[in-house]
Amino acid sequence: MSGWQLVIGLEVHAQLLTRSKIFCGCPTTFGAEPNAHVCPVCLGMPGVLPALNRQVVEFAVRTGLALGCAIQEKSVFARKNYFYPDLPKGYQVSQYELPICQGGEVEFALDGAERRVRLTRIHMEEDAGKNLHGVAADGSSGVDLNRAGVPLLEIVSEPDIRSIDEAVEYLKALRAVLMYLGVNDGNLEEGSFRCDANVSVMPVGSTVLGTRCEIKNMNSFRFLRQAIEYEMRRQVEILEGGGKIVQETRLFDPQRGETRSMRSKEEAHDYRYFPEPDLPPVRVPAAWIEEARRALPELPRARAARYQRDLGLSAYDAAVLTADRRTAEFFDAALVARGGGAEAAKRIANLINGEVARLANEAGSGAPQGKLAPAALAGVVRLVDEGVIGGPGVRQVIEELFREGGDPQAIVAARGLAQVSDESAVEAAADAVIAASPDEVARYRAGNAKLLGFLVGQVMKGMKGKGNPAVVNAVLRRKLGSP
Amino acid sequence: MALSLDEVRRIAALARLRLSPEEETRLAGELSAILDYVRQLEELDVSGVEPMTHALAAGETPFREDVLLPCLPPEEALANAPARAGSCFQVPRILE
Repeated sequence: MSGWQLVIGLEVHAQLLTRSKIFCGCPTTFGAEPNAHVCPVCLGMPGVLPALNRQVVEFAVRTGLALGCAIQEKSVFARKNYFYPDLPKGYQVSQYELPICQGGEVEFALDGAERRVRLTRIHMEEDAGKNLHGVAADGSSGVDLNRAGVPLLEIVSEPDIRSIDEAVEYLKALRAVLMYLGVNDGNLEEGSFRCDANVSVMPVGSTVLGTRCEIKNMNSFRFLRQAIEYEMRRQVEILEGGGKIVQETRLFDPQRGETRSMRSKEEAHDYRYFPEPDLPPVRVPAAWIEEARRALPELPRARAARYQRDLGLSAYDAAVLTADRRTAEFFDAALVARGGGAEAAKRIANLINGEVARLANEAGSGAPQGKLAPAALAGVVRLVDEGVIGGPGVRQVIEELFREGGDPQAIVAARGLAQVSDESAVEAAADAVIAASPDEVARYRAGNAKLLGFLVGQVMKGMKGKGNPAVVNAVLRRKLGSP
Repeated sequence: MALSLDEVRRIAALARLRLSPEEETRLAGELSAILDYVRQLEELDVSGVEPMTHALAAGETPFREDVLLPCLPPEEALANAPARAGSCFQVPRILE
């Protein structure tokens, strides 16, 4: 596909972490019995009136401020009219000409370089219900309206994104910000962080954007990659064959790894927006905006910069630690529990980004630290610093702490993980190895310094891996003399 | 301003209305008359006037606090449904 430039704009729908829906007092929680979280307002019964949830506006303002948007003093809800079974009123209450946030940008690093993707706008809207296919023997569909009226922020980027990697990094950075702000839980699988991609291609060097297609239904970063890759290839093939791209909505099919036209959406693109007569304009007082600005938490990129500056962590370690607010807070708590500065920070970062991340990955998403407590991790680092445990012991202790929780010292004692630092025990093992390997000892003494590693290994083996490597090294050097 | 029959059919399709040919002709005339009536507003000079979206738009926005209120029991929510499957509203098969 050389000769073609990929162009992507992303629309993210982020479910806001309110207790109740945007216009009524029904709960927003996931997983209830179908139609157990509904009332006359979110069912779209005649004669009801929506009442705007203050928390939704606060979350929108908070998000806009964190992303550098211009918060609009006045914004207006509008009706987006279309018919679909999951939309009980026949319109979605959204914002159109006057959204609550305009402009802004998402910053992230890509291959070591700083990137900024501009935002067009952020607006508030209500979610639709959920269609369940094949609920009856005749192939009928079912409609569950529990999700209807759940508050969403739609965050729309400019078509500034030029590669799939860039799209993924943009989404990860945006997701991290929303999670730090406490406005969204970042869950792609359950659909509380959803993404649609506007994809087009143009000849390299051109500044005229091609006709775009909107891709829906990508509920993981892997599917997003597959969908965009497929869509780019499809569009390039059409254009190289002399055809034209038709602007349309396409659905990603994860089973087939391809996108296909959504006939159901084709004729619905005339939404006949008009101002929602049941909701007065949203006015956000300047004092409110200032208060929200003061209350903003430290954001992931600022935190990563601080870790590099104050704790001497590498850019990589800082970025991985701060990607998830829970992990960053865990790191901070462990560092406080251990005390100390750069040295302790580096050790703790290594354990979190190494062993703990590996265990979390195996266990699946949900709890990035399992049952491991920050103080327990600090305890592990203390045991390492004091020479009580070495590499293999650390792995076993952390694994048990991750799965079961508990006290590292007690685990080391119960499992016999302490390494042997007692010189007389090490000397006995070293003497046995020296006696059993006269050839290697002679070659070492004749100047082959590399053989020390072999001899250390033999001693460790003789001690069933429990020898303190530093003590083993020192004892062997002393007994063997200089090479 | 005369609304064409095609425009009337398109509006009807978007609103899910099925019109007879006589209705299409009659509505083309009625809708055109309404548009002409509203068009009189174009005679006014409104440059410098902020577009009005609501008649009662002054003052502070009324908000609801983020608190839970009782929902309908699913039985009541589904009471008017022409068809149901379990506690879902049942609708004709949806093709995506």
